[in-house]
Amino acid sequence: MSARAGTHTVNSRPVLSNPSPAVPGRSTRKVLSMSVTQTERPPVGADTPILTLRGIEKSFGAVHVLRGVDLDVRAGQVTALVGDNGAGKSTLIKGVAGIYGFDAGEYLFEGKPVAVHNPRDANALGIEVVYQDLALCDNLDVVHNMFLGRELTASGLLNEATMETRARETLDGLSVRTLQSVRTPVASLSGGQRQTVAIARAVLWNSKIVILDEPTAALGVAQTEQVLALVRRLADKGLAVVLISHNMNDVMQVADDIAVLYLGAMVAQVKTADVTHSQVVELITTGRATNGTKGADA
Amino acid sequence: MSATETTTEPAVAPRGPQSLGAVFEDYRARIRGGDVGALPALAGVIVLVLVFTVLSGTQFTNAFNFANLVLQGSAYAVFAMGLVFVLLLGEIDLSAGYTGGVGAAVVGKLILDQNLNWVLALIGGLLFGALVGLVIGLLVSKLGVPSFVVTLAFFLALQGVLLLMTGAGGTIPYRDSHLLAIMNKNMPLWLGWAFAGLTVIAYAALGFSRRLQRQRAGLPTPTILVWVLKSIAFAAVLIAATAYLSKERSRNVFLASLKGVPIVIVIVAGLLVVLTFLLTRTAWGRHVYAVGGNAEAARRAGINVARVKISCFMMCSMLASVGGVLLASRTNSVNPQTGGSDVLLFAVGSAVIGGTSLFGGRGRVLDGILGAVVITVIVNGMTLQGQSQGRVYMITGLVLLLAASVDAVSRRRAAASGRV
Ligand SMILES: Nc1ncnc2c1ncn2[C@@H]1O[C@H](COP(=O)(O)OP(=O)(O)O)[C@@H](O)[C@H]1O
Ligand SMILES: [Mg+2]
Repeated sequence: MSARAGTHTVNSRPVLSNPSPAVPGRSTRKVLSMSVTQTERPPVGADTPILTLRGIEKSFGAVHVLRGVDLDVRAGQVTALVGDNGAGKSTLIKGVAGIYGFDAGEYLFEGKPVAVHNPRDANALGIEVVYQDLALCDNLDVVHNMFLGRELTASGLLNEATMETRARETLDGLSVRTLQSVRTPVASLSGGQRQTVAIARAVLWNSKIVILDEPTAALGVAQTEQVLALVRRLADKGLAVVLISHNMNDVMQVADDIAVLYLGAMVAQVKTADVTHSQVVELITTGRATNGTKGADA
Repeated sequence: MSATETTTEPAVAPRGPQSLGAVFEDYRARIRGGDVGALPALAGVIVLVLVFTVLSGTQFTNAFNFANLVLQGSAYAVFAMGLVFVLLLGEIDLSAGYTGGVGAAVVGKLILDQNLNWVLALIGGLLFGALVGLVIGLLVSKLGVPSFVVTLAFFLALQGVLLLMTGAGGTIPYRDSHLLAIMNKNMPLWLGWAFAGLTVIAYAALGFSRRLQRQRAGLPTPTILVWVLKSIAFAAVLIAATAYLSKERSRNVFLASLKGVPIVIVIVAGLLVVLTFLLTRTAWGRHVYAVGGNAEAARRAGINVARVKISCFMMCSMLASVGGVLLASRTNSVNPQTGGSDVLLFAVGSAVIGGTSLFGGRGRVLDGILGAVVITVIVNGMTLQGQSQGRVYMITGLVLLLAASVDAVSRRRAAASGRV
């Protein structure tokens, strides 16, 4: 990691996590023809991002929300997605999750182009999204929430014992120690515990990418700490984690990689180690950074 | 088993067989958390029975009146069981009463005019209910019209349909012996006992097998004592009821003997078992609770919310048809008021008094029956006391208000007990 430090300053566009030969030649990145994009693809290998987006465009009617967005997400790393309100973060992940289709651009999963038309397609690839709100049913218990919509059945009947066992195993695997019983209704859990359940649900399905939209926005200090530790553990277990957050402290603490959206354009994807807190804030607010880390569309 | 549990430090509180005390503690915690379940209804039944026994003595407690209670309450119970499905969604079906009335009329007409046999006619009645539920469900889930309005419209329209079918002041007679038997005949004593015995065995076996399953999976299991006590209590209630219904209750034995378990009990019990099974043991049932708890979360989890809603409205309307047939069987005919007047209000009241939440997401099929028992005991007991219909309605209204308040308060408690 540290070996790569410094390389970013010479790039016109700081896609720093990937100093491989695939990165140069960025000037054509909005061209979508196959021949061009093929050369842009990162080589398949150990360092291949599990998810690669290139030149993503999305408009809602006349509103051009995403403008040629590139993003690389790697297994075992926490990639923070930051940007001001309305920058397009939620739109980007909803496209990844299959809730919206992108208008144009390349969506590569494990180096191969894939078609994601609905949430089920994304789930089938191993992509799970933890939404900030509206994700759990208060009246159902932890097990039922974790298996919601994907209940295990045996000859048509709910297989409660197996579901409970697997829910416990998953929570154990994440070293979650705050839940008294997996049979308590979610209504009686604290905010942090609820977020934990939502995250555990996302990793239950051997998922490869977990996307978290503002997971700590509604939490107190101690619970934020718990959830961030859990986010870190997910990545350490080998999952690719995308963390959307407004809280710069959270991001600097837990992320390996920071991707900055500014007015629908990806202005930088940098290693956390290579930037300072204030540089990231500057990227978010102005779309460019002064010393060293420069915005792309200067 | 316990050795591995302690060494691996499982995340979720490790427990071996839970002691009776622990089980009781869990239960108390649930109640404090706002999940009062059947408790208010059960307490209500006990208090009401005691009060009326003191006031009316054997006039209330005699076997004849007990059987009468069963017959009075069973139709409300069936309507209420159907309404539970709709209430679980957080919706309402105001048309259920007249859906039942028209359903019963359809059954009567099919027999009378089309000479269909009673089974086919009943199927016709169920199909009618399914159709009504389908249309209501489509309007609610696809068009987004509030169920209150949709079913109010159906309430009015079906009332008109029933009036047209019966003719003003007219009736559609029920003459088929099978349909009349439902509310007017009892099982032979031996069959009643066999039925009770089988039910007890099934209850105990089911509880035991579920316990075994959890144990095999290495999950925390309550001590066997819980199963034993539950099974004994269940058996005691069933045996007592069967014994009481097996007593001679004819006022003039020489004219006609009257004893045995009313046939309608088998129907209500069968519906209870099948519907509870659907709601608690299938993925569909889980989705009903999910949609009622948080429709958006259900949608994001890939559940087809519209389909779940439509199926619940269909379930409610089909059960309403069954309830309508029970009403018609009791009065030997369908008239313009079958399923009208207080039927719907008592049915909704039953579900809520039994513990089903008006806010959606919480409730059981059994609630419909428990609440129907409460309401029927009030109506029956007060009528025996010679109280006017006006007072009966006032008291029933008060009890419903009480139940709805308990619902609202326990909901607030559930919200307050977590999410700090
Ligand atoms: N469904 C939509 N229809 C129209 N405009 C939308 C829609 N969703 C988002 N937008 C617009 O797209 C922009 C980006 O929104 P969003 O992705 O939610 O930003 P962020 O999550 O970064 O705050 C905003 O200007 C927003 O108004
Ligand atoms: Mg957003």
